[in-house]
Amino acid sequence: MPLIKHGRLVEDRWHETDDFAEVQTLAPLGPVIVSLDVWRQHKDAILAFDGPIGLRLAPGQTPDLAAADLHRFEVIALEFATFTDGRAYSQARLLRQRHGYKGELRAVGEVLRDQLTFMLRCGFDSFSLATAQQAQALLEAVEEFAHWYQPALDGRATIPALRRGSGEKSSPVAAGCAATWAY
Amino acid sequence: MYRYDEFDHAFVAERVAQFSGQVARRVSGELSEDEFKPLRLMNGLYLQLHAYMLRVAIPYGTLASHQLRKLAHIARTYDHGYGHFTTRQNIQYNWPKLEDVPKILAELAEVEMHAIQTSGNCIRNITADPLAGVAADEVDDPRTYAEIIRQWSTLHPEFSFLPRKFKIAVTGAPSDRAVTRGHDIGLRMHRNADGEPGFEVMVGGGQGRTPILAKTLRDFLPVDQMLSYLEAILRVYNQLGRRDNIYKARLKIMVESLGVEALAELVEAEWAQIPDGTLDLPIEERQRIAAYFAPPSYVDLPDESSALDGAIAADASFAAWVESNVHEHKQPGYAIATISTKPHGGIPGDASAEQMEAIADLAEQYGFGEIRISHKQNLILPDIQKTDLFALWQALGILGMSAANAGRISDIIACPGLDYCNLANARSIPIAQRISERFSDLAREREIGDISLNISGCINACAHHHVANIGVLGVDKKGTEYYQVTLGGVSNENAAIGSIIGPAFDEWQIADAIETIVDVYLQQREVGEKFIQTYQRIGPQPFKEKLYASD
Repeated sequence: MPLIKHGRLVEDRWHETDDFAEVQTLAPLGPVIVSLDVWRQHKDAILAFDGPIGLRLAPGQTPDLAAADLHRFEVIALEFATFTDGRAYSQARLLRQRHGYKGELRAVGEVLRDQLTFMLRCGFDSFSLATAQQAQALLEAVEEFAHWYQPALDGRATIPALRRGSGEKSSPVAAGCAATWAY
Repeated sequence: MYRYDEFDHAFVAERVAQFSGQVARRVSGELSEDEFKPLRLMNGLYLQLHAYMLRVAIPYGTLASHQLRKLAHIARTYDHGYGHFTTRQNIQYNWPKLEDVPKILAELAEVEMHAIQTSGNCIRNITADPLAGVAADEVDDPRTYAEIIRQWSTLHPEFSFLPRKFKIAVTGAPSDRAVTRGHDIGLRMHRNADGEPGFEVMVGGGQGRTPILAKTLRDFLPVDQMLSYLEAILRVYNQLGRRDNIYKARLKIMVESLGVEALAELVEAEWAQIPDGTLDLPIEERQRIAAYFAPPSYVDLPDESSALDGAIAADASFAAWVESNVHEHKQPGYAIATISTKPHGGIPGDASAEQMEAIADLAEQYGFGEIRISHKQNLILPDIQKTDLFALWQALGILGMSAANAGRISDIIACPGLDYCNLANARSIPIAQRISERFSDLAREREIGDISLNISGCINACAHHHVANIGVLGVDKKGTEYYQVTLGGVSNENAAIGSIIGPAFDEWQIADAIETIVDVYLQQREVGEKFIQTYQRIGPQPFKEKLYASD
């Protein structure tokens, strides 16, 4: 599927599966994104393949469930089952801010133009699309607002910060750094 | 009053442009109605029975005269010449054309208003005590905090797709005029033993088919930590709230199933993990916002006004209006005047463009150009010199808005009902009109005294019928409208949910039934007892016996 990563349409080199047998056929070349269930049941075998690994969390699966292993994943995919299911926004913020996850955070499922800024601001940096035609519209949506009220992960100065004249920016790199997040 | 700075202006302008693009995509056919629906619902635009309905936010119910004039202009230019004030201190327009909505939003932005988050599964317009800043019993002005929450919650990246709508109300006073226990989160300001201001945090209130009063999650939350605590509650709810059933998705259901203690543990654990200072409000920021709500330049006046006393003595109609519609002000010599939108036989909450413009003028002539909207769908002029009350009342009489019925039986809260709303099962407005006409005798209304009567056209309970002394709920039985009556609800700091009294009445019986209920009260009351006190003393049985005597 078409993928936008860091603001550009790129080829998706990852294969995604929730079937361990399929993981075995890909090994040792990978790269593969596995479901939390597959990861928990076959962690040692997957690590033995020594290829790039990604994790997919379903809505409702808290990042705490894989907290000790997060550094092993190059990609974590979070699922938007429907436009209106907003659980992945909290999962994303927790991964970035609480767990300090620095890898690719990918939005999959129902990823639409009008959600994109919410996703970016919660720390997503890649977006799996239904069609390549969506890409341009999504990128336009990013520019619809210059500044926002809340501290978030989009690397922009917040309105409260601009009011104080500091213009200090929140940054994904500094995730978890309280000073950067100050309202 | 809060005034937008360059950042607020830019933000709302960007939102107007964004929504205009969404409307253009709908009009061109690029978006289907199904795809457009979640987008319009993030901006207060509903598709009703006959037309689109646009709900405009009036944050914490405070308006300036020039804003009310703009609302009048929109009513006249884009609608049928009137607007409808709601129980959530908003205004609704019932007949806008889709292609006009971007223009309406652009006009609203000119006067620092918008329709952001007046619908959808997000943090809705923040409501507050309509007497904020002028009530004598207040600890602090709740609007400072409501405005801070408004900004923080506006297009929040994490909390814009919650399991269900989310309502927050703030009061700064011990007397609850904001129905805080009827909200997902109610914040009640009080002082701790050291005299520091903080909030009692109540969670899980709501009306609808499962009416529940909010329970106290935390007795005292320091004001500077308000946002991080709200974030903790919202994050727990966003992750764990039910999404499988729309009727089980509100926070109240989670509170009921987990228990408030277990929820408190989850929230406190989440809160403990939010880094210190993440969302703390610096004192300068609080002071900056609070300065917008600083008291106006009151004139030093004696509290007594001989002109007022003379007018009360000379004119019984005016005296009746003062008795019901004028509230004590914290500033000597001033009063708070309620303008009823409920003349006998009128449509509760409706105001015409001409009325809105005239009230905007009166607010400037006799006050400081400020108007409040109450959850009872009335308008309030917060700063009137007592000496001016008689002239104000006369001017309101010309507008047909001098009904002396605030807090009385014809001060009916009613939802739009089946005349407009596609959720409704029954009409509310004609029933409200019929009951109000039945009680049009002023002396009789005064005799009945303080009482609340709310009418909802369906189980969604937009008119808060569960917390009315007399609640009326429209239901549909095989294509015929029936009205179920609850008694004993209370919406203030002693909030209570009413109980169903018995089988429902049809549209021709309901006014008689209300009259019977009132008669039982008048017969049974002891000296000085209000309706609710009599009901709480004697219980439902005497009412049942009279209502269903012939059964």
